[in-house]
Amino acid sequence: MKTDDLIALLSADAAPVDPRRAGRRFDARLALAPLLALGLVLLFLGPRPDLAAAAMQPMFWLKLAMPAGVAGVAWLLLRRLGHPGAPLGRLPGTAAVPIVAMWLLAAVVLLQAPAADRLSLVLGSTWRDCALHIALLALPALAFAFAAARQLAPTRLRLAGAVAGLFAGAAGAFAYAFHCPEVQAPFLAVWYVAGMLLPAALGALLGRSWLRW
Amino acid sequence: MLTGTMGVRLQAPSRSCTPRMPAQDRFAATEARLHAQFSAALAGDAGAYRGFLAALSAHLRAFFRRRMTRFPDDVEDLVQETLLAVHHGRHTWRDGQPLTAWVHGIARYKLVDFLRARSRHEALNDPLDDDLFAASDTEAAETRRDLEQMLGTLPERQRRVLVMMKLAGASVAETARATGQSEVSVRVGVHRGLKALSARFRSGT
Repeated sequence: MKTDDLIALLSADAAPVDPRRAGRRFDARLALAPLLALGLVLLFLGPRPDLAAAAMQPMFWLKLAMPAGVAGVAWLLLRRLGHPGAPLGRLPGTAAVPIVAMWLLAAVVLLQAPAADRLSLVLGSTWRDCALHIALLALPALAFAFAAARQLAPTRLRLAGAVAGLFAGAAGAFAYAFHCPEVQAPFLAVWYVAGMLLPAALGALLGRSWLRW
Repeated sequence: MLTGTMGVRLQAPSRSCTPRMPAQDRFAATEARLHAQFSAALAGDAGAYRGFLAALSAHLRAFFRRRMTRFPDDVEDLVQETLLAVHHGRHTWRDGQPLTAWVHGIARYKLVDFLRARSRHEALNDPLDDDLFAASDTEAAETRRDLEQMLGTLPERQRRVLVMMKLAGASVAETARATGQSEVSVRVGVHRGLKALSARFRSGT
C-alpha cells in the first residue's frame, strides 16, 4: 500500500479521542492486581490467626507500608512508561526508597542485636516459603499489570516489563503480609524484597515479547 | 580565485526554504504546527489529521533514511508502520507534553524494533559467507592511487585541465583562467585527455 493511501485511510478514522478513557482502563486493570493477590491469600493461605493482635504492632504496618510504597511508585512509573517521550523524572529512584529504608532499619536492628541472634533475625521461621509465596502470588498480578500496560503505548519494553513485575511483586508482598507471621525488619529486608524482585526480573524478561505492539 | 570557488563548492548546500531561520526556531515552528494539527485531529477534524499525517510522514522518512542506510528498501514500510502506531497510540499523547518528543519516542521504538528483528533474522538466516569480505574500506584509496598513476602518464597540459575540471569540479572558464589557455583549448584538452585515459584503462596498463 502506498503511504498516501494509508494516510487517507487513517484520516478517515479521525473520531474524537478521549485520552482519559485509556488512563481509566489502565487504572482499572492495575487495581485488580493487588485485589486478586489478596483474594488468593485469603482463599489458599488464610490470614494469620493473631491478625487483630498483630495490627497493634507498628512493625505490622511497616510490613504493609513497604510494598504499598513500592507499588504506588511503580504504578506512576508504569503509567509514565506508557506515554511515549514522557520524562521519568525522579520516579525510578523513588521506587527504591521504601526498600532502602527497610534495609537501613534492618541494619540498625542487626547491629543492636547480639551476634548469636542475628542469623535467626534474618531467617525467621518461614524463610523457605516467603519469597517463593510472594512470587507465586505475583504471577496473576503480573498478568493484570501487563494487560494494564498494553492499554497504553510503552516504548521501553524491558523497563516497562520490569516495572510491571515490580508492581506485581509488591502487590504479592502486600497480600502475603496478611498471612505471614514474621515482623522482624531483617527478615522483611531480605525475603520480602527478594519476593518483589523475582517478578520484576521475570517481567523484564517477558516485557519485550508481551508488551510489543 | 579558483580555490575560492572550490571552497564554496565544498560547503554543505544551504537550505533554500528558510535560509535565515536558526535550527531551534525551525524546530519550534514545526512543533507548533504539528501540535495545532494534531490537537484538532484528536477533536475529530479529519482534514487536520490528514495534513498532520502527511507532514509527519515526510519527517519520519528523513529520520529513518538517515538511520537505515543499510536498509533503504525498508524505510517506507517503517514510515507506514510508525504512522499506524501513531494512530493506534494517539490517546497516549497528553496535551502539554511536546508532541515532537511523543512522536520521537514512537519512531525510535519502531526503529529499534525493526533493527532487532532484522539482526535476529540475519543471525538465524545469514550463511557464513556474508558480505564481510565482499568489500573493503581501502577500495576508495586504492582507486585514487590507480587514478593518479594513470593521470601521471598523460601530457602535462591534458593532465592539468582534467584534474581541475573532473576531480576538483572547476568550470571551463575557471580552468582556462588558471592555466592561461583559451576555453576552446581547455575543452579540447579535456576531450583528448579522457579519450587517452579510457584507451589506457581498456588496455589495462
